[in-house]
Amino acid sequence: MNILLNFISTFFLIILVTILGAFLSIFERKILAILQNRCGPNRVGWFGSMQIFADVIKIFFKEDWIPPFSKKFIFFISPVISFCISLFMFFIIPFYNKCNILNINNIGVLFFLMLASLSIYSIILSGLSSNNKYSLLGSIRAISQTITYEIFLGISLMSIIIKSNSYNINDIIISQKHMWNVIPQFLNFLVFLIASLAVCHRHPFDQPESEQEISDGYHIEYSGMKFGMFFISQYISIFSVSAFISCIFFGGYLGINNFPIACLILKTLILVFLFILIRASIPRPRYDKIISFGWKFCFPISLLNLFSTAFFVLIYN
Amino acid sequence: MLFLKNILCNFFSQVRSIFFVFINIFNKRETVMYPEEKTKLFPRYRGRIVLTQDENGNDRCVACNLCASVCPSSCIILQQDKDNNGRSYPKFFKIDFSRCIFCGLCEEACPTAAIQLLPDFELSDYRRQDLIYEKEDLIISNQGKYLDYDFYSVSGVKLKNKNLCKNSKHVNNVDTKKILP
Repeated sequence: MNILLNFISTFFLIILVTILGAFLSIFERKILAILQNRCGPNRVGWFGSMQIFADVIKIFFKEDWIPPFSKKFIFFISPVISFCISLFMFFIIPFYNKCNILNINNIGVLFFLMLASLSIYSIILSGLSSNNKYSLLGSIRAISQTITYEIFLGISLMSIIIKSNSYNINDIIISQKHMWNVIPQFLNFLVFLIASLAVCHRHPFDQPESEQEISDGYHIEYSGMKFGMFFISQYISIFSVSAFISCIFFGGYLGINNFPIACLILKTLILVFLFILIRASIPRPRYDKIISFGWKFCFPISLLNLFSTAFFVLIYN
Repeated sequence: MLFLKNILCNFFSQVRSIFFVFINIFNKRETVMYPEEKTKLFPRYRGRIVLTQDENGNDRCVACNLCASVCPSSCIILQQDKDNNGRSYPKFFKIDFSRCIFCGLCEEACPTAAIQLLPDFELSDYRRQDLIYEKEDLIISNQGKYLDYDFYSVSGVKLKNKNLCKNSKHVNNVDTKKILP
């Protein structure tokens, strides 16, 4: 009985997260429009609220074309990998005290890091199997960007782990009872925000899919529902990464005592808005500049932060 | 020290640009909700093409083919004919609006100010064939943008019946050798 209940709740959450990810695409279009003095989609339904259904219907009935020159199986499997991995990322977020879907509390942060590294595989596989120059260039860029940001993503998480003395996300949240991590670890927060932008391939770190240079990069050959999977997986990963940031740096469900879930959702939405705001305002740098920025700037800062955190923790304990 | 200052300046410039984009939330929308409210179009906006008539109700067009030859997308086709009065007119005149690029070169080329572009852009149709406008669709019964201009009063072309022209005092009085009008 318990297992069945668990299964149903997990299934419900998966559906919910997918729908949320689909809605975020419309939400983003609306917010981008507002930030650019436009109106955004406002024709379908009340103030454009039904736009999502129009988009979904359109993307379902598109011709799902597999190019004859591609490697079929890998071409087919890579959007599924991308979708699943971005979905898994959401399950480690605790909604209230000791309530998360995957009960892997002891390795929560490590699980996140693992998924962040694994998510590159969908891009590599799709870029290789498409047999297209642009997608190959996109996946090359994705790989070089990944080996850049993975380092300071891990190191900036490490100083949080040292501070809270646990890999458990729940423990990390509870350790922020008196002060959110964002205040003592502000530099760390900036570095982690940059890295998480790169994890989601958001602007200005959307090197693998830079539309202007390599025309959508790794998913150039994808159409129909396969493209939709890539598309939705990006939005789901925005949601899950911003939920993760709100857990790590902003105290997760802490805040108003009686409404832990509302707190988490509010913080997540503000971070999602920040992601979109950054997309609207900062242009994409050249791709070697991102790599040199990562190695020469973010990496030393996160190392410095790690050392100083360890120093203070050693002194005060 | 300069390095640190550089980093701080760059950081604050990024934050500043993000802030200025954020401020746009409170600004007025620039969008014109098109089907409900329409933009003001100026008289020289290049939209639908019409053929105008002079104040006596004659076709201004003399079917000189200048518009058809200047048209970059060659969407104008016409043929000349002459009436009993010695006045030439287009036997048929077609403009294919599915190919027209609204460059306005026909209006510039026209010596009689017959062909004119109006500020009307709502030409959409369901079938492509419906966008080929015949002479009856193109002609309008007034002078359009250029009033009080009669080609025959200044050109020196001899008409058989002078009384048909209203400003008949000018007709055939023009010194065709002179440079100035």
